[in-house]
Amino acid sequence: MPLRKELKKVLVIGSGPIVIGQAAEFDYAGTQACRALKEEGLEVVLVNSNPATIMTDKAMADKIYIEPLTLDVIRRVIEIEKPDSLLSTLGGQTGLTLSMQLAKEGFLDSHNVILLGANPETIDKAEDRQSFKDTMESIGEPCIPSKVVTTVEDAIAFTETIGYPVIVRPAFTLGGSGGGIADTEEELREIAGNGLRLSPITQVLIEKCISGWKEIEFECIRDSKSNAITVCSMENVDPVGVHTGDSIVVAPAVTLSNKEYQMLRTAALNIVEALKVEGGCNCQFALHPESMEYAVIEVNPRVSRSSALASKATGYPIAKVASKIAIGYTLDEIVNAVTGTTYACFEPAIDYLVVKFPRWPFDKFVYASKKLGTQMKATGEVMSIGTSFEQAMMKAIRGAELKVDSLNLPKLAKMSDEEIKAGIDPAHDERIFYVFEALKRGMSIDEIHEITMIDEWFIAKLKNLVELEKWLADGELTVEKYRYAKKWGYLDSTIERMSGQKVPEHFSASYKMVDTCAGEFKAQTPYFYSTYDKQNEAAEFIEEHDQGRKRVLVFGSGPIRIGQGIEFDYCSVHCVWALKEEGCEAVLCNNNPETVSTDFDTGDRLYFDPLTKEDVKNIIETEKPYGVVVQFGGQTAISLANYLDQLGVKILGTQADSVDAAEDRERFDQVLERCGIPRPAGHTVFTAEEAKKAGNELGYPVLLRPSYVLGGQNMIIAHSDQDVDEYMAIITRTKLENPVLVDKYLMGTEVEVDAICDGTDFVIPGIMEHIERAGIHSGDSISVYPAQNLSAKIKETIIEYTKRLAMELKVIGLVNIQYVVYNHEVYVIEVNPRSSRTIPYISKVTGVPMVDIATKIMLGHTLKEMGYESGLVPDAEYIAVKVPVFSFEKLHNVDNQLGPEMKSTGEVLGIAKTFEEALLKGLIAAGQNIKVEGGVLITVRDSDKGEIIPIAEKFADLGFDLYATSGTANKLNNAMIPTNVVSKISEHKPNSTMDILNSGKISYVISTSAKGRSPAKDSVKIRRKAVEHGIACLTALDTANAVADCIAMHKTINDVDLVDITKI
Amino acid sequence: MVKNMIQDGKKAVLLLENGTELIGKSCGAEGTAMGETVFTTAMVGYQETLTDSAFYGKLVTQTFPLIGNYGVNSFDDEAPRCYASGYIIREWCEVPSNFRSEGDINDYLKRHGIVGIYDIDTRKLTKILREEGEMNGVITTGEYDREALLKELRAFQVTDALKAVSVSAPKEYKAEDGTKKVAVLDFGVHKSMIEGFTKNGCGVTVLPYDTSAETIKAAGYHGVFLPDGPGNPSGAEEIIHTVKELCDWGMPIAGVGLGHLVLALANGGKIRKLHYGHRGGNQPVIDLAHGRTYVTSQNHGFVVEEISPETAQVSFHNANDKTCEGLRYLHIPAVSVQFMPEEGFYREFVSMMDNKS
Repeated sequence: MPLRKELKKVLVIGSGPIVIGQAAEFDYAGTQACRALKEEGLEVVLVNSNPATIMTDKAMADKIYIEPLTLDVIRRVIEIEKPDSLLSTLGGQTGLTLSMQLAKEGFLDSHNVILLGANPETIDKAEDRQSFKDTMESIGEPCIPSKVVTTVEDAIAFTETIGYPVIVRPAFTLGGSGGGIADTEEELREIAGNGLRLSPITQVLIEKCISGWKEIEFECIRDSKSNAITVCSMENVDPVGVHTGDSIVVAPAVTLSNKEYQMLRTAALNIVEALKVEGGCNCQFALHPESMEYAVIEVNPRVSRSSALASKATGYPIAKVASKIAIGYTLDEIVNAVTGTTYACFEPAIDYLVVKFPRWPFDKFVYASKKLGTQMKATGEVMSIGTSFEQAMMKAIRGAELKVDSLNLPKLAKMSDEEIKAGIDPAHDERIFYVFEALKRGMSIDEIHEITMIDEWFIAKLKNLVELEKWLADGELTVEKYRYAKKWGYLDSTIERMSGQKVPEHFSASYKMVDTCAGEFKAQTPYFYSTYDKQNEAAEFIEEHDQGRKRVLVFGSGPIRIGQGIEFDYCSVHCVWALKEEGCEAVLCNNNPETVSTDFDTGDRLYFDPLTKEDVKNIIETEKPYGVVVQFGGQTAISLANYLDQLGVKILGTQADSVDAAEDRERFDQVLERCGIPRPAGHTVFTAEEAKKAGNELGYPVLLRPSYVLGGQNMIIAHSDQDVDEYMAIITRTKLENPVLVDKYLMGTEVEVDAICDGTDFVIPGIMEHIERAGIHSGDSISVYPAQNLSAKIKETIIEYTKRLAMELKVIGLVNIQYVVYNHEVYVIEVNPRSSRTIPYISKVTGVPMVDIATKIMLGHTLKEMGYESGLVPDAEYIAVKVPVFSFEKLHNVDNQLGPEMKSTGEVLGIAKTFEEALLKGLIAAGQNIKVEGGVLITVRDSDKGEIIPIAEKFADLGFDLYATSGTANKLNNAMIPTNVVSKISEHKPNSTMDILNSGKISYVISTSAKGRSPAKDSVKIRRKAVEHGIACLTALDTANAVADCIAMHKTINDVDLVDITKI
Repeated sequence: MVKNMIQDGKKAVLLLENGTELIGKSCGAEGTAMGETVFTTAMVGYQETLTDSAFYGKLVTQTFPLIGNYGVNSFDDEAPRCYASGYIIREWCEVPSNFRSEGDINDYLKRHGIVGIYDIDTRKLTKILREEGEMNGVITTGEYDREALLKELRAFQVTDALKAVSVSAPKEYKAEDGTKKVAVLDFGVHKSMIEGFTKNGCGVTVLPYDTSAETIKAAGYHGVFLPDGPGNPSGAEEIIHTVKELCDWGMPIAGVGLGHLVLALANGGKIRKLHYGHRGGNQPVIDLAHGRTYVTSQNHGFVVEEISPETAQVSFHNANDKTCEGLRYLHIPAVSVQFMPEEGFYREFVSMMDNKS
């Protein structure tokens, strides 16, 4: 059936902010969906609260609402825009749940909106645990013995009938939030209790634990005519028990014989038929390793992280095809864009192996529990493609940017055999390295298999790498050895280190194409991966298609991690679009399967490979580009600048030397001196003694951080010598290559500027002010555009300093500068001569397309030519408030107090006419529970006890009941603010802070402490408790103050106008 | 282990009719094997591939690079012997893993005397075959004279393929439950095809491929099945004649793969060779009567190009190149498909036999 005639205007709901379990893959899916819809001439209305996405770009939709994803908001958008249909399956769980609620309550029908992509029956059958089980039973597909319960007591009673251990799976939560494996009744009480609380329908599934079975996934697509295919099979290296988002995954499945493969494929197709899925669907199976017994674990009838992976692994654009199906097409009518001659109704054949490797945030959260289970913890992932498992695995490991280039983790070398053995099970983030180390120490494949239940196939392949490394270290590095190591994915530098010898020759990578058909048809997709064969398909492709255009390579930002998120993908993609507009051939290099940048038709060509020096050099050897762009791919790309410069590659835009001048402490000091710009006083140190000396000299508090960092990694504010000792002990665990910076900490207003400079002129689209004073990482601060509290003089100073710095650093393109305004003086904290996290949102609210302009400047255009005058662009008519979003509920034992180290995983934007209204939108969009009554629990550090008084008064005046521990309570009561006293946890008395938190009376927690991090501390326990109960936890007084002002407006989200940003 | 593989991997060469020489290492049996070089895109099922009669006389290239991952076992062969004459892969798995595995692919190839070559760029080879068409090739592990070998290659033809894959005396298979009797003209019938009948109430008699129409008519079968098999059927005039006789007599007939082609030829159809065959597990075919698309497993190098619309209706065609993938005969009780059918096909044929009797 072709396009449904009644469709003219489609509403698409995005997935909102990036959180663990719902990341960039939905921007990829949503962007594909929007493009697919626009291709058909449909008008697209988009709602998404996440401003860093590409889907919220003017090029992607006709009407764009960057608004909170709540039922109220979506209803109002529908009333305003009157779409005739709503596409529900491309916005992750968030978009799907909202769509289903609107459908079920009859709102869609009453507004004549057709629900596209999924119907409520399908979703219920797949997501409601009991109806899912019933449906599976009705078609004879086996499920795991399980029962849906709504109380902890029922959970225990059922478990006694099937025996421990059991898995607890809460209904309707993201990434399996709140789930876990319980071995004992006590554990079951805790996990089931937590899961019931997190489930929006207070329902959990108690399921027999089948840990150790193989976990196999099939990605399917079905259309309205019942045509159904499987796009890709995937096998988790980590067996059942570890969330698939936290597992190393290979595609296709490798340890299944044809019989098993066909059995599960048939099951998957039966399931999508029974559920009447129209679009993409992910089916997860557990397969007994020693028999044909299997069970259906879970079915997701929408696009997902796995479908993004399957799309990138095969070249089959699942989201696009799913969108076309949603608007009426069938698989046999949709052309396979890869070949251009075949149809979407076929199953891709691949002639390589894909490995996906997760990226976890534990480098940032040193106290977080690293154990992996049914609740996903990874923030991102990398994918690699190779002609062998060994090659793909080696690429994945180095592509994950874990500071290792092989499976040897240096710290393991010193451990005892017992410690290594203990490290291979239960699963945790570094397990694969322990397995590798165990193999090195002679543990057998069988023994490792018995302990971990990782299939022998994978362990044997890892053992091949162990053997190869031994061989490399043994005797002369012959050409034969070298070539073997290259074929298995080793870098020259790794081979030289392992063999202690220079490589005998340089074997350059060749490139093969990902074409969905294993070479059966001639493909048009310019999507490549590196390997070590003679035939270089990329070189042939380039020669065949050369039109004499300038070739430009754009380096992406690798896996999503805290501090380097989707915003850099936005920048990379925009750069590519601008390059194409300028008549260049734009070539993308990246290894993140979740993103738009790795969609094969974003650039003129795509290289899906790691972004290390040698990998990049290989691409350059094949592409022979006119120039390369490094300033849009975050730290990953910018850190290549020096190397590329040494290679003699032309870097477009700001040069490597400027990057170095901004990052090297001494050189940067000289820059500031020449510019006459003050910065907080500071020193560089290597040892704890030096650090303490510096701290005392500067006067506490001081800011401690390593030089060359990303996202404030390992950054703290030290108030005392003890703090310095604790910090230095952690940071010196790994060898210090760069010094630690100790700076005087100025508790002033933080201001951030993104500017564009062409060498002569500079433009500042807007000045952003942070609500929280300096000391909280800029990525975690609530940021307001335009700045609300800066005097004209301060603004002028900031503009002037920005100009001086941009000129002195010879910035060509973008520069991000962070200032602190303290006692009416402007100081510079940091200069990043590259794109930043704020670029997408500033571009959207000011209407200045920063990346496009910067890209054109790199190609030689000037700001003047493009109609921009030097200086600050006049303020836009709206106020935009960026609010960070955290994933604390997924990460146990992480202190949620904000500080100089970044903790947020994503962000949302609130846009309105006034600051308070914009903040209200932002807070609601961020999922903050903005209650207008109830209690406020206050527990603040001594230095905050003075300042808390006026804030507490505001809450009291608004009718909130105040609770505090004795010190704070006394202070407040003395100031005539009535406050209830609660006892400290450590006092072990009744009526404690924990009791009051558990009582349900508390709407807000205001908690600051001088020291944090360690989960054993009372203050951390209070904050964690707040997270568990979903209570808004405010860990900076400035945030608390702003929230109070917001409540004082006495407005709800329904009182604030919705803004279509295409009209800005 | 790695070291052993590198040291033990004796040199092997693949030489194609067009002069392309690819150097790899030897796996399976040592020696020289000649055949038409083809590729299959199936990602699983190598054991089924090696024992697929349609690969008789061919050098089979696997486009999937990792072969032998789940080992080999004694249950999954489609026939008692390997039909492929040579095997071309990128990598074979030394430590296979599967609970049914009884050994590795290398030993399996050795045991069946199949000359194999690994560590070659199978994608490059696939592209050559795609662009220039399927052509003769030779794998050799010994010394060779290139020019002499090329000359031999150009002259090489598989002869008597059917004779080679067929039983020489009738062989009986009992129905699991039922009384129908189906005769199979053995063009290289697969185990799974026989099961397709025995599971659906039919006893099966596998007859030598050249059994005469009279013999079949006399034995009282309810229907005849023409299975898949190797080679170009145009030359098999006697068989075509036999099938024509059976058609004229009103015998219910079902054809699969080669059988589908033979049935078409017997009914005045024309066939042609594809530039390169449909070989793999992901071929989409469209059921023209119902508008449904199915993903099928196929292994054929010829297609029915033309048949009178008075005689038969095209029931399926390939979604990609629109070639004929199935025929429904209008005046005789006969049906055929080019691909490996699912169970429904066998059931349909059983009911066709029911209607006849």
